[in-house]
Amino acid sequence: MATLNINGKVHDVMVESDTPLLWVIREQVGLTGTKYGCGVAQCGACSVHINGELMRSCSLPVGAVKPGDKIVTIEGLSADSSHPVQKAWLALDVPQCGYCQSGQIMAAAALLQKVPNPSDKDIDDAMTNICRCGTYQRIRAGVKMAAASAAAFAPANDGRTIAPAERKSKA
Amino acid sequence: MKKRTSKASRAMLATATITAPTNLSRRKFIVGSAAAAGGGLTLGFQFPFAIPSAEAQGAGNAYAEINAWVVIRPDETCAIRIARSEMGQGTLTGLAQLVAEELECDWKNVTTESPTPGQNLSRKRVWGEMGTGGSRGIRTSEDYVRRGGAAARIMLLQAVANDWNVPVGELSVSDGVITHASSGRKTSYGKVAAAAAKLPAPDPKSITLKDPKNWKIAGKPMKRLDTAEKLNGEIVYAIDLKLPGMLCAAIKDCPVFGGKLVSYDEAKVARRPGVRRVVKVNATTVAVVADTWWHAKTALDALPIVWDEGPNASQSSATIAEHLKEGLTATAAYASRKEGDALKAIDGASKKVEAVYSTPFLAHSTMEPMNCTVKVSAGRAEAWVPTQNAEAALAALSEESGLPLDQCEVYKHPLGGGFGRRGGAQDYVRQATSIAKQFPGVPIKMIWSREEDTTHDFYRPISQCRLVAGLDDAGKLVALHARVSGQSINAFLNSPAAKGGSDERQLQGWYEKAGNAQLGYTVPNLLIEYAMRNTHVPVGPWRGVNTNQNGVYMECFMDEVAHAAGADPLEFRRALMKNHPKHLAVLNAAAEKAGWGTPLPPGVRRGIAQFMGYGSYSAAVAEVSVSDEGKLKVHRMVLALNCGHAVNPDQIAAQVEGSVAYGLTAALYGECTVDKGRIVQQNFNTYQIMRLAEMPKVETVIVPTYDFWGGVGEATICVVTPSVLNAIYAATGKPVRSLPLKNTKLV
Repeated sequence: MATLNINGKVHDVMVESDTPLLWVIREQVGLTGTKYGCGVAQCGACSVHINGELMRSCSLPVGAVKPGDKIVTIEGLSADSSHPVQKAWLALDVPQCGYCQSGQIMAAAALLQKVPNPSDKDIDDAMTNICRCGTYQRIRAGVKMAAASAAAFAPANDGRTIAPAERKSKA
Repeated sequence: MKKRTSKASRAMLATATITAPTNLSRRKFIVGSAAAAGGGLTLGFQFPFAIPSAEAQGAGNAYAEINAWVVIRPDETCAIRIARSEMGQGTLTGLAQLVAEELECDWKNVTTESPTPGQNLSRKRVWGEMGTGGSRGIRTSEDYVRRGGAAARIMLLQAVANDWNVPVGELSVSDGVITHASSGRKTSYGKVAAAAAKLPAPDPKSITLKDPKNWKIAGKPMKRLDTAEKLNGEIVYAIDLKLPGMLCAAIKDCPVFGGKLVSYDEAKVARRPGVRRVVKVNATTVAVVADTWWHAKTALDALPIVWDEGPNASQSSATIAEHLKEGLTATAAYASRKEGDALKAIDGASKKVEAVYSTPFLAHSTMEPMNCTVKVSAGRAEAWVPTQNAEAALAALSEESGLPLDQCEVYKHPLGGGFGRRGGAQDYVRQATSIAKQFPGVPIKMIWSREEDTTHDFYRPISQCRLVAGLDDAGKLVALHARVSGQSINAFLNSPAAKGGSDERQLQGWYEKAGNAQLGYTVPNLLIEYAMRNTHVPVGPWRGVNTNQNGVYMECFMDEVAHAAGADPLEFRRALMKNHPKHLAVLNAAAEKAGWGTPLPPGVRRGIAQFMGYGSYSAAVAEVSVSDEGKLKVHRMVLALNCGHAVNPDQIAAQVEGSVAYGLTAALYGECTVDKGRIVQQNFNTYQIMRLAEMPKVETVIVPTYDFWGGVGEATICVVTPSVLNAIYAATGKPVRSLPLKNTKLV
């Protein structure tokens, strides 16, 4: 049994505590935007945010998640694909097959949350998810485009910059 | 955000009447599909106008099927039917552009739908070949899809002409709005579609297609039609499928290829949470079926299994390498090209250059692991599957379920990567069907773990190549002998094309004949040979297939020969390319854009390569540096491509960028080794994939000549690795002859 707060909604799920969060999200909660790619925290297709931190959910036992932890999946990043990263990805046609892109977008959103104007080095260091189609060049451009749409970001009370989606959920 | 791809497309054409093919031989169909990795199905191809379009239209449907390719709804939506698979390569958008161009509809109103293979068969293959491989998605269907769009336009205009009682020649159309200039009357496709659908189809031969010079939708960098659903978790890959009452299966195939399943101890896992049953899938494979995949997978990990590993368990990378090495000098080999007397000319040459290269087995590693969901009920079998060849999937489902084709159906999902893995070999469809047969009426979703995916691929074949060149006193190349020794894909597929070892496909890129994969050099004395040396490892097409290995062998050797001749690698090539103006033009385009010969930052060196595959001409210039510690950095790559017709320049650029990532991953890290008969690498921690930080800046130069149709998805990968290796050679003075680079100390 686990209690999970996913995208602002609380789910009580019957599941063994050593089940990876990824499979609980996919199989018990039924949100399939978060992907299985490797199961060993290598590829990042399973990336979600937990309390604003980027996590590879395939290697995180659900028992390690507290009921108060706020989990955000790709489905909850924004209500209408309006997150600057999603908009940039659309503008640049970043995805090819698209399978890794949920994870890429979650990684990019987490990076911009921490570093609003990332350098190439910041992007190199943060964007370590695997893409087999080879969309890396457009991912880099997409991160920069999202960062440049700085107007979409506003300073939070604590001085952080936060995305519109998070502002909405806090409201 | 406007949604461009209808969700309904996955359950599509539900209202179309499906009638059972009466004279279709299942055997013939399956025979055709078995060879589908290399070619099409053998069924007779019907021109897309064979079926009167009105027939397929139920009365009262809120849409009008003008013909097999075009459906127009009263709200002006133009649904364009796409028969080929979309795996990220952009074919869906490109084909829609070609239809829309001739249709003259408003691009903003375009959506797409995918017919199922069952629907294709029931309509006498009105949509032609569905298989998507060999970079054929656009180039081998462009003609009939454009005629489909044009025929629909002609019918729509005729319907208006009939209604207004004016000559059709007085009507014009733009963006789906039809205008009669002299009377000022206007109407739109959505309003006249129902009437148009009742008209007879025009003779396709009478249709004149547009000159690409006049294209407005095709040839333009239109946005993909399938991006929005990939940004918010909405897209449903087959692995995401949920069906009522569905159970999940995890499978394990004998780790040693050719081994067998002896026994397993079901009692040890039967009481684990969610486990329903352990089943034998086939002679080599066992599966655990449970309520969730995680329960199935963990139970499978705990299942005691006894394998008979068989004689192949003695095989290793070392034994395979020896086997191939013997082929390099064996007396008997298949001589594909023999022009002049290369061996004699080399003997008499004033300078001789010799090198032996090798390339390893490679896994495809699509991001979405192999998976398939199958439901087998009394008299009906259905599969939900990511496939590059939906008709081959249907054949596999039929054969494995024992039900005739007309009682089977395949629902194709968008693929989480293909790269050749999901083409002819529908092994995962067979497995899922075998499991589902043991659970009648229950949908079974079978998913491979990444470990299963990496260790049971159809690998890019391993090969070695020995090249010898003879130069005259002036440093001119007078003779060239190339001998490839390696595994044949055709032989693995039991194709007649490999009979007696005469497998031309293994020499892809070195053909004499123009048009497909022609060698771009003229050498007076030329001997090209193939020594077939097969192994127990299953092999298959891998993005670019043999152009990858042969591109490395020929293009890296060209640099070594140029070096021996004291010539600039670009100039040395140019001198051999006078008879190959298209190859040369692309080489020049890459060199010019890259600034070949212009100064570079300290430590940075250039390498160049050109090659041909999939009917297209490619060239690349790489800029790399190698640090004092031997660390390689690829800074920039310029790739030039002549694919004949450029349908969507932005998506062509995306494919070129992707080919750099896929090719560089192989060059840097890609290697599946064999120990005790099995593949050693299991997951991305041991089968390393290049990440964003290592991606060079890629610049794409598209130089279409519009006198042929070439492929795109696999065209440019063959020049990626050789251009980088040649740049390394320029930087270090040492040629690299063995891949991957991780095994080589560069300084």
